[in-house]
Amino acid sequence: MSAATTTMTREVPPKSGLRAFVDKLKGGDEIAHLITLTAAAGIILITSLLVLELWRTSQLSRAKFGWMFFWTKVWDANFDNFGAAPFIYGTLVTSAVALAIAVPLGLASAIFLSELAPRRLSDIVSFLIDLLAAVPSVIYGLLGIFIVVPLMRTTLGPALKKVLGFTPLFAGPNYGVGFLTAGIVLAIMVVPFIISVSREVLLSVPREQREAALAMGATRWEATWQVVVPWARTGIMGSVFLALARALGETMAVTMVIGNNPQISASLFAPGYTIASVIANEFTEATGDLYLSALIELGLVLFLMTFILNGLARILIVATERGGGRPA
Amino acid sequence: MDSVSGVPQPALSVKPFRDPVHMEKTTTQPTEQSIRLEIADLNFFYGPKQAVFGLNLKIPTHKVTALIGPSGCGKSTFLRTLNRMNETIRNTRVEGKVLLDGQEIHQMDVVGLRRRVGMVFQRPNPFPKSIYENVAYGLRVNGFKGRLDELVEKSLRRAALWEEVKDVLKRSAFALSGGQQQRLCIARALAVDPEVLLLDEPCSALDPVTTAKIEELMFQLKDSCTMAIVTHNMQQAARASDFTAFMLDGKLIEHSVTSKLFTTPTDPRTEAYITGRFG
Repeated sequence: MSAATTTMTREVPPKSGLRAFVDKLKGGDEIAHLITLTAAAGIILITSLLVLELWRTSQLSRAKFGWMFFWTKVWDANFDNFGAAPFIYGTLVTSAVALAIAVPLGLASAIFLSELAPRRLSDIVSFLIDLLAAVPSVIYGLLGIFIVVPLMRTTLGPALKKVLGFTPLFAGPNYGVGFLTAGIVLAIMVVPFIISVSREVLLSVPREQREAALAMGATRWEATWQVVVPWARTGIMGSVFLALARALGETMAVTMVIGNNPQISASLFAPGYTIASVIANEFTEATGDLYLSALIELGLVLFLMTFILNGLARILIVATERGGGRPA
Repeated sequence: MDSVSGVPQPALSVKPFRDPVHMEKTTTQPTEQSIRLEIADLNFFYGPKQAVFGLNLKIPTHKVTALIGPSGCGKSTFLRTLNRMNETIRNTRVEGKVLLDGQEIHQMDVVGLRRRVGMVFQRPNPFPKSIYENVAYGLRVNGFKGRLDELVEKSLRRAALWEEVKDVLKRSAFALSGGQQQRLCIARALAVDPEVLLLDEPCSALDPVTTAKIEELMFQLKDSCTMAIVTHNMQQAARASDFTAFMLDGKLIEHSVTSKLFTTPTDPRTEAYITGRFG
């Protein structure tokens, strides 16, 4: 029936331009092309609008502080003196702490789930992990306030001080809130991303790779660590950068546990501030155009940081691929 | 790396990396036909499903034994029992005996066994490392410390690949063509100087010219290696092997000298298969 209809349409002699166009659309190719093109163009449009708007609205602050904005350590609304340094520092330090904890933890879990755990257990656990990734960040903030902060104040902090107190990283007073606490909460938040993505990548390593190593007399661990993990390293790095992007931009949970004090301190116990949390905290209360403009410029800085770090990540991936790269 | 040296090694690895040129004298018996692998009453199960039924086969030293049969007849499964590679698949079970130089392989240390029984797979599977590191991998993993360069060169020469890659050893193995990759995999397997080389349809992903190179290579390797090859290609079995075993539905139907099996098969099923009436 439908075949007959199609044949009939095809047999109709050349017709008006509109009819021809409609017939062409029926094929689906043009429509699919148009829809996907619009979607792709939309992404570029949104990104450019975002940058443009941040650039435009931060005009006041950019004109007044210039490049000095990046390394001014003062953030004083009363005297209209604003600098981004403490926030950039806070953002980088908390993200670095988060990755330092989350990468080994996540990779080890992913290796266990993909290589050692029975398949059924692995599937159940990774379902739970995917659920963890969907928990709203304010919940993690509460977890931080009620569990990590007291733990840091009473147990973890003093213990670290005892063992590593001689380094500037763990010196100074410990209030429970600060860079380290924020880093730990961030680590808990991003570890599901690392586990989930890395596990998938490890599971997709061809069976032949594993067998090639085993066939040569490698032990199971040697095959995993020397062959399977290197094969998956691009994907694993991808998961790490996904985690980094999340950590850099995380707002709510960090605000709740970092102490919200714009200062640069070598000690991880000290309270700090991050770009995302200062924007969230102060945007509604910002009085004066310059104050508002400075906050928006902070947003631009965060955008730039994410952009640069992602670029570096790409370069790193390309660099490690060289000399032993596998086909894309 | 030390984990390997920590486990008990089979007697042969006491003097590792035998010189293949002189190996003939030390390992081959002067008798007419010494047997490297002897398989007796071998059954193999994937869960409840049996894939190999009561198989008996002798694989003679320094000869090529081909395993032919239609898809799914269990020839690859059988080959993979010879280096206990099937143990990596969950829920499998093996019964019966496999003797390597008279020693039961299931009582050996599996790592040591696999060093003595190398394997080349259906699709070339080089590691995502340089050409050099691919060949050196087996040596490193077996705790070999010494002149790696020399052994890498020797292995690549044995795999007839040296001339083509000697200037690009640091390049990624994936830059090679399919046939070169497969010869690299053979070189990698040869690096640890195995007594037996198992080839699981090594040419199925290669073109005829490259296939001919691999067959030529197998011919040269006969001096130092015992080979068992699974193949779909009956011409290949006829060209490259000394003995041929025909399998059907997990059972060994016929096993004899290759020329005899292809010209005057005794079993009607063998005849039907080699004349192309099924499979």
